[in-house]
Amino acid sequence: MTAMEAVDGGVASQMSRESAVEIRGLNKWFGEFQVLRDVDLTLRRGERIVVCGPSGSGKSTLIRCINGLEVFQKGDLVVDGIPLGNDVKNLAKVRREVGMVFQQFNLFPHLTVMENCTLAPINVRKIPQMQAEEIALKFLKRVRIPEQADKYPGQLSGGQQQRVAIARALCMSPKLMLFDEPTSALDPEMVKEVLDTMVQLAVDGMTMIVVTHEMGFARQVADRVVFMDAGQIVEINTPTEFFTHPQHERTKLFLSQILK
Amino acid sequence: MSSVAAIGTEHRLVFVRTAPAPSLPPPFASTGVIGWTRANLFGTPFNAVMTVLVVLLFIWVVPPLVRFLLVDAVWTGSDRQACLATVAHPEVGACWAFVREHLAYFTYGSYPIDGRWRVDIFFAMLAVGMGWLLWLNAPHRGLGALYFFGIFPIVSFFLLYGLPALGLEIVDTSRWGGLMVTVVVAAVGIVFSLPLGILLALGRRSHMPALKTVSVVFIEFVRGVPLVTVLFMASVMLPLFLPPAWSPDKLVRALVGVALFSSAYMAEVVRAGLQAIPRGQWEAASALGLGYWQTLRFVVLPPALRITIPNILNTYVGLFKDTTLVFFVGIYDFLKTIEAAREDPTWATPVTSVSGYAFAALFYFTCCYSMSRYATSIERRLGRSERR
Repeated sequence: MTAMEAVDGGVASQMSRESAVEIRGLNKWFGEFQVLRDVDLTLRRGERIVVCGPSGSGKSTLIRCINGLEVFQKGDLVVDGIPLGNDVKNLAKVRREVGMVFQQFNLFPHLTVMENCTLAPINVRKIPQMQAEEIALKFLKRVRIPEQADKYPGQLSGGQQQRVAIARALCMSPKLMLFDEPTSALDPEMVKEVLDTMVQLAVDGMTMIVVTHEMGFARQVADRVVFMDAGQIVEINTPTEFFTHPQHERTKLFLSQILK
Repeated sequence: MSSVAAIGTEHRLVFVRTAPAPSLPPPFASTGVIGWTRANLFGTPFNAVMTVLVVLLFIWVVPPLVRFLLVDAVWTGSDRQACLATVAHPEVGACWAFVREHLAYFTYGSYPIDGRWRVDIFFAMLAVGMGWLLWLNAPHRGLGALYFFGIFPIVSFFLLYGLPALGLEIVDTSRWGGLMVTVVVAAVGIVFSLPLGILLALGRRSHMPALKTVSVVFIEFVRGVPLVTVLFMASVMLPLFLPPAWSPDKLVRALVGVALFSSAYMAEVVRAGLQAIPRGQWEAASALGLGYWQTLRFVVLPPALRITIPNILNTYVGLFKDTTLVFFVGIYDFLKTIEAAREDPTWATPVTSVSGYAFAALFYFTCCYSMSRYATSIERRLGRSERR
């Protein structure tokens, strides 16, 4: 772990321009309770990171900090060269470049699939409606549900809804995608269709941070796996090393429980 | 036995039914009129007693009411003589002749007779606007909203108050009265209370302490005070603090009072709707880069208001009935014109007052009942779409 950290810290200063996300000394408290402790993490462009860890370890909070859904109290967070702090303008800029997929899909139930996908491009990016619909259809094809464009989210299965959520985020042409346990709320038989979509996205070169317990996905797609516990990063490693030679006791315990 | 196929093996017979058995007729007296009566009216002894009591109540109340309102009612006549009991006509019911005689007064108050066409146009415009908005499948409802909330208020102000440039002479609001004033007060309350209520509800949920405090104090203060008090304050106290030249018109003061009063109630109704929207909706909108007002407009308010429509209409029913309270500050609304007319000596009979009040009751009941029926139908419609 120390070796990885040294590599990370050393390279980070030189490549801050090229890194998609740069997190240094991030600390966050919910009232008295500290949820993030001195988190350091750098994500290169095109890199895919899977974050795992027991529940309450702060992994969701960490990625929610990256697009400003949570505020942090201490540390530096630079996304795509834009420092995130109290500056509202920077926050708006970052959110335009970062797409997010939630555990509970969070589609807008009163809008059709097409309207879900075009709402932000039209109103945030100011893309004309016709063009926004073309883009939306392109991404709906990419997630393989163009035929559902005129339906409402309530008429779709969970897996389909999550794929729409992915398409909705892609329509903003983000430079970075955040996935917050995208398959945890799905019925088992629908997990695969969502994971396949995400793998496809990774193959296409999208920069991604994925919080998930799908270790098969981590093995297949991740460049690095981050293990968090009690608000700090315990271990960062390549998937092969992470799964075959976990360094830390806590990691071994976690893997033994999850890979039964 | 044709519906049962028998497949014989050496020692065992397996029966497989290939067609459903014919259905038996339902037990006697569980369907039709008898069944319904038994199940719903006389299901239990208590139920049976209640049914008998309610029927007796109907027999006690309904025939006299019908006799008073319709059978014995006087429909024509030009003065009190028509509605007095005579030997030939000992029982006198409602004096509708009196209502008919004063109908114009009940509708327009003391509005100049040669200008009443202006009020008629106002009523027609209102009917068009309401029909447009209340009919949910009407074409161009966005345009309808623009008409109702934008064009209609401005045009009606000049129409009713006057615009000398166009030859519409000024009619002072002290001459306004009757149904017209009731409708104006209700319409102003309805049009202003919703946007103000939305703003107050948002203020109450705001993270900015100053804004939040102001909203909470306003809402709680107004909700803690009767409307009559608000109206008295608006009409009696306000002039004490303002120089006479600034002091707004009496009707305007009452309108502001009613609008502010109902907006506080509306704020609580809207807040309930806002609370029903999960936090994930806000987060998803933020994550897509939508700003606060964009999120409200596209993501949060449409479903929040949709689920509150029945409650909003319910508040409107209350508001409509509350408009009668403006008569305490000397405004001649519909009820007040009836109150004034019943003292008319040319119509002084024992039944005049009752007839006037009965007319008022019928009018308010018709309006409020149709509003609540409409709310019910919306509710049913929303329920349908939710089941989807």
